[in-house]
Amino acid sequence: MALAHLLLLTSFALLIRTGETVEIQRPRGVPLSKRQFYEEDKPFTCLDGSRTIPFDRVNDDYCDCKDGSDEPGTAACPNGSFHCTNAGFKPAFIPSSRINDGICDCCDTTDEYNSGATCQNTCRELGHKERESLQKMAEITKEGFMLKQQLIHEAKKGQEEKQVKLTEIQSGKKELEEKVEALRTVKELAEEPEKEAKERHLKAWEEQKELLLIEKDKARMAEAFLELDDDADGFVSVSELQSHLELDPDSDGSLTETEAQGLLGGADRVDTTTFESLWSSIKDKYLSQSQSEPPAPVDTPQEDSKEAASDPDADSYREDYGGDEDDEDEEEEEDDDEPEEEQDKQAPPTIRTPEKKDDDEVSMPPYDAETQSLIDAAQKARDSFDEAERALREMDDQIKNLEKEIGFDFGPSAEFAYLYSQCYELSTSEYIYRLCPFNRVSQKPKFGGSETNLGLWGQWAGPEDNVYLLMKYDHGTSCWQGPNRSTTVKLTCGKDTIVTSTSEPSRCEYLMEFTTPAVCQEPPSLEESIHGHSEL
Amino acid sequence: MAAFIVRMGPLVVLWLAVCLSGSRAVDRGNFKTCNQSAFCKRQRALKTGQSPYRALLETLELTNTKLTLQLINDNNKVRLLLELYRLQGNMTRVKINELKPLKPRFEVPDVLINDPPTEPLSLLSQDENGVVLSLGADTQRLIVSAKPFRLDIMEGREVLLSLNSRGLLAFEHLRSRKDTLSDTDGAEKKEETDAANEQAEGEETVKEDEKAEDGMWEETFKSHTDSKPNGPSSISLDVSLPGVEHVYGIPEHADTLKLKTTDGGDPYRLYNLDVFQYELFNPMALYGAIPVMLSHSPQRTMGLFWLNAAETWVDISSNTAGKTVFGQMLDFVQGSSEAPQTDVRWISESGIIDVFIMLGPSPNDVFSQYASLTGTQAFPPLSALAYHQCRWNYNDQEDVAAVDQGFDDHDIPYDFIWLDIEHADGKRYFTWDPHKFPQPRDMLQGLEDKRRKMVAIVDPHIKVDTNYKIHNEIRSRGFYIKNKDGGDYEGWCWPGNSGYPDFTNPEMRAWWASMFAYDQYEGSMENLYTWNDMNEPSVFNGPEVTMHKDALHRNWEHRELHNIYGLYVQMATAEGLVQRSGGAERPFVLTRAFFAGSQRYGAVWTGDNAAEWDHLKISIPMCLSLGLVGVSFCGADVGGFFKTPSTELLVRWYQTGAYQPFFRAHAHLDTPRREPWLFGPDNTALIRDAVRQRYALLPYWYQLFYHAHQTGQPVMRPLWVEYPQDTATFSMDDQFLLGKDLLVHPVTEEGARGVTAYLPGNGEVWFDVHTFQKHNGAQNLYIPVTMSSIPVFQRGGSIIPRKVRVRRSSSCMEHDPYTLYVALNTKRFAEGELYIDDGHTFNFERQKQFIHRRLYFANNSLSSRNLAPGSQFTTLSWIEKVVILGASKPNKATLRMSDGMESLLDFEFNASMSVLTLRKPGVNAGMDWTIVLQ
Repeated sequence: MALAHLLLLTSFALLIRTGETVEIQRPRGVPLSKRQFYEEDKPFTCLDGSRTIPFDRVNDDYCDCKDGSDEPGTAACPNGSFHCTNAGFKPAFIPSSRINDGICDCCDTTDEYNSGATCQNTCRELGHKERESLQKMAEITKEGFMLKQQLIHEAKKGQEEKQVKLTEIQSGKKELEEKVEALRTVKELAEEPEKEAKERHLKAWEEQKELLLIEKDKARMAEAFLELDDDADGFVSVSELQSHLELDPDSDGSLTETEAQGLLGGADRVDTTTFESLWSSIKDKYLSQSQSEPPAPVDTPQEDSKEAASDPDADSYREDYGGDEDDEDEEEEEDDDEPEEEQDKQAPPTIRTPEKKDDDEVSMPPYDAETQSLIDAAQKARDSFDEAERALREMDDQIKNLEKEIGFDFGPSAEFAYLYSQCYELSTSEYIYRLCPFNRVSQKPKFGGSETNLGLWGQWAGPEDNVYLLMKYDHGTSCWQGPNRSTTVKLTCGKDTIVTSTSEPSRCEYLMEFTTPAVCQEPPSLEESIHGHSEL
Repeated sequence: MAAFIVRMGPLVVLWLAVCLSGSRAVDRGNFKTCNQSAFCKRQRALKTGQSPYRALLETLELTNTKLTLQLINDNNKVRLLLELYRLQGNMTRVKINELKPLKPRFEVPDVLINDPPTEPLSLLSQDENGVVLSLGADTQRLIVSAKPFRLDIMEGREVLLSLNSRGLLAFEHLRSRKDTLSDTDGAEKKEETDAANEQAEGEETVKEDEKAEDGMWEETFKSHTDSKPNGPSSISLDVSLPGVEHVYGIPEHADTLKLKTTDGGDPYRLYNLDVFQYELFNPMALYGAIPVMLSHSPQRTMGLFWLNAAETWVDISSNTAGKTVFGQMLDFVQGSSEAPQTDVRWISESGIIDVFIMLGPSPNDVFSQYASLTGTQAFPPLSALAYHQCRWNYNDQEDVAAVDQGFDDHDIPYDFIWLDIEHADGKRYFTWDPHKFPQPRDMLQGLEDKRRKMVAIVDPHIKVDTNYKIHNEIRSRGFYIKNKDGGDYEGWCWPGNSGYPDFTNPEMRAWWASMFAYDQYEGSMENLYTWNDMNEPSVFNGPEVTMHKDALHRNWEHRELHNIYGLYVQMATAEGLVQRSGGAERPFVLTRAFFAGSQRYGAVWTGDNAAEWDHLKISIPMCLSLGLVGVSFCGADVGGFFKTPSTELLVRWYQTGAYQPFFRAHAHLDTPRREPWLFGPDNTALIRDAVRQRYALLPYWYQLFYHAHQTGQPVMRPLWVEYPQDTATFSMDDQFLLGKDLLVHPVTEEGARGVTAYLPGNGEVWFDVHTFQKHNGAQNLYIPVTMSSIPVFQRGGSIIPRKVRVRRSSSCMEHDPYTLYVALNTKRFAEGELYIDDGHTFNFERQKQFIHRRLYFANNSLSSRNLAPGSQFTTLSWIEKVVILGASKPNKATLRMSDGMESLLDFEFNASMSVLTLRKPGVNAGMDWTIVLQ
């Protein structure tokens, strides 16, 4: 029988806090608290009461009890558990399946009594470390908790100040609103005469402009006549007209004699007076020789695009994959940014059509002094009104922000209020991560590239008993074929407010660890924290 | 790993977005239909009818080992050489090649484990119409008919199988190009052939069928042109199977177990391809190809092995497929003139016809016949049969440590954690990302401390990078596959521009294997194993996402051997793992691409499936099909690779996967995390329970794999393999057997309240393994299910060993005791086996260091007897408990040792369930003993 020599009972040397050593006999794997159920030489009743067995079947490496209680020191029961005393450190229960599996689980080595594994008793060392770290934690917690009180105090003060400020602004707002109304009236009063005067001025100018235009047309006609009258005989003839192809009525590229004759009202030639009567029918088409050069066609870009299209498919594949760099995350950045960049690149260049500057265009004469003074007065009224209105809008924003901040859930005692409108950064080998609590989380590559939004403030997301242990930021930049980026921020107690680590456990789901005094709980007494879990 | 996806730059993303916008399934346009594959189109245009081939009986030669005979195509006078072999173990081999090919045609090497031993054929009769040969002692005969040429294998008066009975034998002989470019060439060649081929009648007529058709000398698909310097070379042969209505095999297809007829659609295609988001229930090619088909009827099981590694298409038609059940009944009642028959046609792009006809007659006979040709399933290390945790990708060492700890925190066992492509430094395999995995040995040691293991991916595409040792060595040794112009072939894959080592070159394979030595593969340790993905090979910018067919493997075009490339990759890798241990340790290598013979090198999985209920369902027929053709070590990504499973689907997949041979969870990079504890305590408990059921059953799994390794019998079996007469089982693929003793009907329906399992066997009884409830065989049993149900039944008459002390890894359970589950049949009899060895070395084979026991219950006694007297091994494991199902209450139970020592055993009897539990026999598992019930 393989495991017939199992030790049924073992002696444990326990170091009690008082310093005296006591030996307590009990079956292997039984916690002291349950010792009374395992009495040697008496039948053993399974702890669930399901059956009673002879005591020699306790720890005999065969599972008799459904609850596994007859085999606290062997791996026989699938649902059993083994108790390691771990003197010098914390006692622990491990699943029975870890007894004699060749892996040291208990720091006092008691789980590997028959596996051949060589385990070192590390309890003392672990206990020492544990105490040290608990002590450190306790100190941090203590200090943190003090800082937290301060934060609460400041938050309260800040909150009150904000409330006061809000009230102030709100009352100030009423005044300002009245002022705005008053200024509006002033403005409207000043604008009325301004409008009338301006209209008058404009009307006068338009009449004058009409006359000017007629004169200009006449001058142009005269000029055209002289230009057409090549032989300067005082007549424009059919042949002289024929050189002006732009006048071709059927636009077939040739101006025939008949067509030219038609243009001249059936005559072979016309004098200045007759020409005047014909002018209105040809002036729109007529091109003065000085401006008749045709525009040069520009179509080079088309050829380029043809070349690109004729590239073999394999090459375009190559381009497709060519963007690959070793660094996945960088690409990811590129992926996200691409559409914007693409748009920038593809945006049509602003077409600069040469502005038709009519040299002859005559600008409107300045306002007369009376009109000008009316305008000045109205402008002044407008400026004052605009300024007041802007101030009102600003005030509204201020109120909105204040109300938002006051209404924010900054924790039960507003201890998180100090994080508002702050940002904290963590620099890793590739990125700078930035947490702006209650606002957003972002990631920026260290070596160029734009920032990626890892999530906007969502809500507190901790467990029910303390929702303030986790912050959730979501609706960040979306991932290709994936979700929008989101970040969970895990808050732990610390003296300083810092981002301690970031990771991406699942694609596009980030985890950030953040220490702050604001989550520090009131520390229990130091004694308790070190010995609280010890047996006895 | 994904086919094509992804983070290769913005342009690809845009391009993919376009591809995916319509549907998320496969883009069929990327892959050829038969009509788009020139040779398939040409061959399929050839219709059934009188064959132009005639056997020239006067050329018949019969030696001790084979018969040879010339065939002539009366249309073009080209001659073929037929070779017939009678192989040991009731097989016939039919080889057809050109008598005088212009240049040698490719014959697939390295698939057969030896030159198959022959048995003499004897000539029974011969006349001008043909010859009759005897296939051994029984009444089996092989008939060669001369005009038209056909082959029939008969047993008594029954035709078992006919070749070329539909006249679809077609052999595109190699020829010279007849266009201006090669005019002079052609003339020279013609003279040569004329001289060589004196008896050939009228060379001029040869040209008759040489009308240059489209795609004979060049073929373009999408933007890719195949240069085809050797011209047309395809082959085709029809096989008729009278009396057969059910054919199986020719994986890999995402389709039902029973193959469908292909009339009116595409043939089943065999061409190893990386198919992005494959579709279910169609004959499209997938990652692997095993050109082996099984036929089955209540009378006989046979197999057909088409040894050809070129692109292959298989047409199936049946004269009963179209008939309704009523129509078939009518035929039966009226004595239909037409017996059922299945007609199969094989078409390959190149190579020769080399067909192995495995004549059965039982399913197990076919398995051992095929095993005698291509070998058996590699016997994996025991731990490889346990649970595998994979994800693309575990981010870094801390992530690996955290997941490892997560399994312990939630008390879920696992043996292997896997690293996908992101672990390597810029997808340079055999290296580690210096930031994410700076201390791989520390990481591996951390796993070793928990007696766990790791698999890291090593793909066959090699980054072209002169700062990468592997690339430089392969290039300088000239080991890369060459393009048609003689330069190193380059294509795009994960690392960007990549070269593809020529694994068909034995020197290359030897070098590759040497790269796994601990001093070569930096950061590797004994507990690091390997995963070969993308070995179809996948070439992102190649035709059909694979290699150009005119690429060159030394003398041969890729076209000739495409389907075997993946086999060679796994072969070389497995050899590397063996060599690094000085030949002591069994390797474990997972591959995505495979071919006939791949079973010898490790495990395969069904590639990039999706988190959908239908994908869960299809995992059963896909693995059953592979098992039938030798590959037992098969599994599907638990949870589904693409997309995100619902919690219910994930749980059901774990429950199904726990009862399939290769049990690995895997997930795409873009999916949310899905480690088993992320779905609330209830679901964690459900998954834990499924995984623990797997671990408890590992002794049985191990024994089944030992058996598969010895005999070639599949581990996971369709019901008809064990119940060959029961026609109700012939199309069943929603349930399966493990060995012959466990029947599994996993829940694969969303929201299922119950399943109907078919329990086969008239007179058999089956015991629910969870409740021990007894059910009669030959019935459809409705089983109400809850989320915790995994309907599994143990056959009455069997004994199954379990280790019920489930620990955190299989290695931790090595010395644990066994519990024997004895399920009595109606004759109060049961038998089973127990196999034990060290779990990881070749000592079981080389030094016979193993324990193999026969356990049997008869006449109220349960005994353990040695099945392998020459073996020796000592185990610390002992017999903890014996549970006898269907028992009656004894007065006493006595344990008798071989030395005569006797002791009384305590026992419990559950009268309502008739379950007798014998308490703690305590005997060592390697000893002889008997327990007598009185």
